[in-house]
Amino acid sequence: MIRTRGLTKDFTGGKGPTVHAVRGLDLDIAPGELVAVLGPNGAGKTTTIRMLTTLIAPTSGTAEVAGADVAREPATVRRRIGYVGQGNGAGHAQRAGDELVVQGTIYGLDRRDARRRAAELMDQLDLEPLARRKVSDLSGGQRRRLDVALGLVHAPRLLFLDEPSTGLDPHNRANLWEHILRLRERHAMTVVLTTHYLDEADQMAERVVVVDEGRVIADDTAAALKHTLAGDRLVLATADPAHAPALAEVAARVPGARDVEVDGVEVRARVADAPTALPAVLAAAAARGLAVARAEGHQPTLDDVFLTLTGRSLREEGAARSADPVEVAA
Amino acid sequence: MTATTAETLPAETLPAREATRSWWGDAWLVMTRELLPTLRDPFSVVFGLIQPVVFLGLFGPLLAGSVGDGLPGGDVWAWFVPGILVMTTLFGTSTTGANLLFEMQTGAHERLLVTPLARSAQLVGRSWKEMVPIVAQSVVVVAVMLPFGFSFSPAGALLGLVLLAVFGVGIGSLSYALAIAVRKQDWMFWAVQQTLLFPLLILSGMLLPLETGPRWMQVAADVNPLRYVVDAERALFAGDLASTTVAWGAVAAVLTAGVGLLAGVRTLARSAR
Repeated sequence: MIRTRGLTKDFTGGKGPTVHAVRGLDLDIAPGELVAVLGPNGAGKTTTIRMLTTLIAPTSGTAEVAGADVAREPATVRRRIGYVGQGNGAGHAQRAGDELVVQGTIYGLDRRDARRRAAELMDQLDLEPLARRKVSDLSGGQRRRLDVALGLVHAPRLLFLDEPSTGLDPHNRANLWEHILRLRERHAMTVVLTTHYLDEADQMAERVVVVDEGRVIADDTAAALKHTLAGDRLVLATADPAHAPALAEVAARVPGARDVEVDGVEVRARVADAPTALPAVLAAAAARGLAVARAEGHQPTLDDVFLTLTGRSLREEGAARSADPVEVAA
Repeated sequence: MTATTAETLPAETLPAREATRSWWGDAWLVMTRELLPTLRDPFSVVFGLIQPVVFLGLFGPLLAGSVGDGLPGGDVWAWFVPGILVMTTLFGTSTTGANLLFEMQTGAHERLLVTPLARSAQLVGRSWKEMVPIVAQSVVVVAVMLPFGFSFSPAGALLGLVLLAVFGVGIGSLSYALAIAVRKQDWMFWAVQQTLLFPLLILSGMLLPLETGPRWMQVAADVNPLRYVVDAERALFAGDLASTTVAWGAVAAVLTAGVGLLAGVRTLARSAR
């Protein structure tokens, strides 16, 4: 569905140095995939999406989207894809229902069918009572559902969502995703989204492409990324510092245990599966008469993955540009 | 066509894959989309009428009192009303880029750029839409002035409206081009629009006759296309259909439209960069 080779975008402003927004991106996305492009602000996520949706021309490299080349056949690409940008697709001066009807006619429906299609989408996305309301009078969540409806008018085989849930509260985010996933199933749609919400990429996407400074730095399922690049951790504390080395020995026998280290009363270890390792360690410690004062099992997040890869946290992006990477190494 | 999956779901109304439409169809569609907010709230056109009515009510009598007899033709309304129509057109169309600027900021313009609509048709369709408020407002202004003794040639007035519409498409396109050019610093739009508007307006002889002005002003007015449109409107409303004044006005309007559309289409093609 998407195939890019050496896709590159440099921005050469009048003032200031050239910005290498995307550097030699090679990306293959198969039909039916749900892929999240995850990265901090300025990583090149949106620039990539804008090249794939024909909004901006690549500086070099090629991209084939839905069977057509973005540079040579942009019109074909535009007919085949759906796009929900970062802003509001619906004009603020328009009525919600009018924009949907217009969008239907843009993709080739006659007026009667466009009206019917608008009604179908408003029904599917719970927008029916808002058809005659002005877009500027809608709430953020309502506008976002309308944006998605606009992107789906022609039931595209490939849908791009650029930060679909930014600015929405958790309830509205969950609601929006419920709709997107249902419609994706219905149309067997390929979905590519960008996000800087870790949990969104983790829970929704079947594949996560992590980008940083214009390059792909990891590409796998969220579970595999977390397992291979971060891994589960145990943190134990003894009541008696003398017990710590013995406790470390116990921890080292847990399946998949590595990087076991003692720090005062604290014992830390990487393990294969924290939820099962924790009771096993506690039972073994009790059998050897070791007093455990505190025990924690940590399962990794995609932020841990990003931290391992870059030494920076996605959560404190910007502030964390030169963050101390000691924590990762530990 | 119907949807692909689960048969329990109701069929969906979908366009044929790869449906295409002519360029003219695209431009027409963009124009009708632009007109929808006005259609839904026709009263909004009335706000565009406040300004001409103020000028007619407050400036007109002063004009009659001060230079009334010195006006070419001697009839204040026959001289002033066509000028007011051009002024309404100029104010309405030169500010229209602000709508596009807003749609560029909210994301609606970007959404349309990703649709199959031809990009040049997106600019042309937007500028065509300017004709509707121009004609509507002109008809109201003329109707309001009838009880005050404003008389005109119907055929000339009709041609005058066509001339205004063509000129308005040009100014509207230039306004869109300006909006796209300054999209990163939106305050620039108003700075440029206001800076250009008033010199053009005064040097067109729209409000006060240029004949009484100094020589340098008359020279400056000679290169102002607006001045030829204003003169042509006066000639047309007076019924002087076949004059060279009208011909020059038509040339000025068509040139403005041509330059405007060219500038608009070229900047729009670059608007996503």
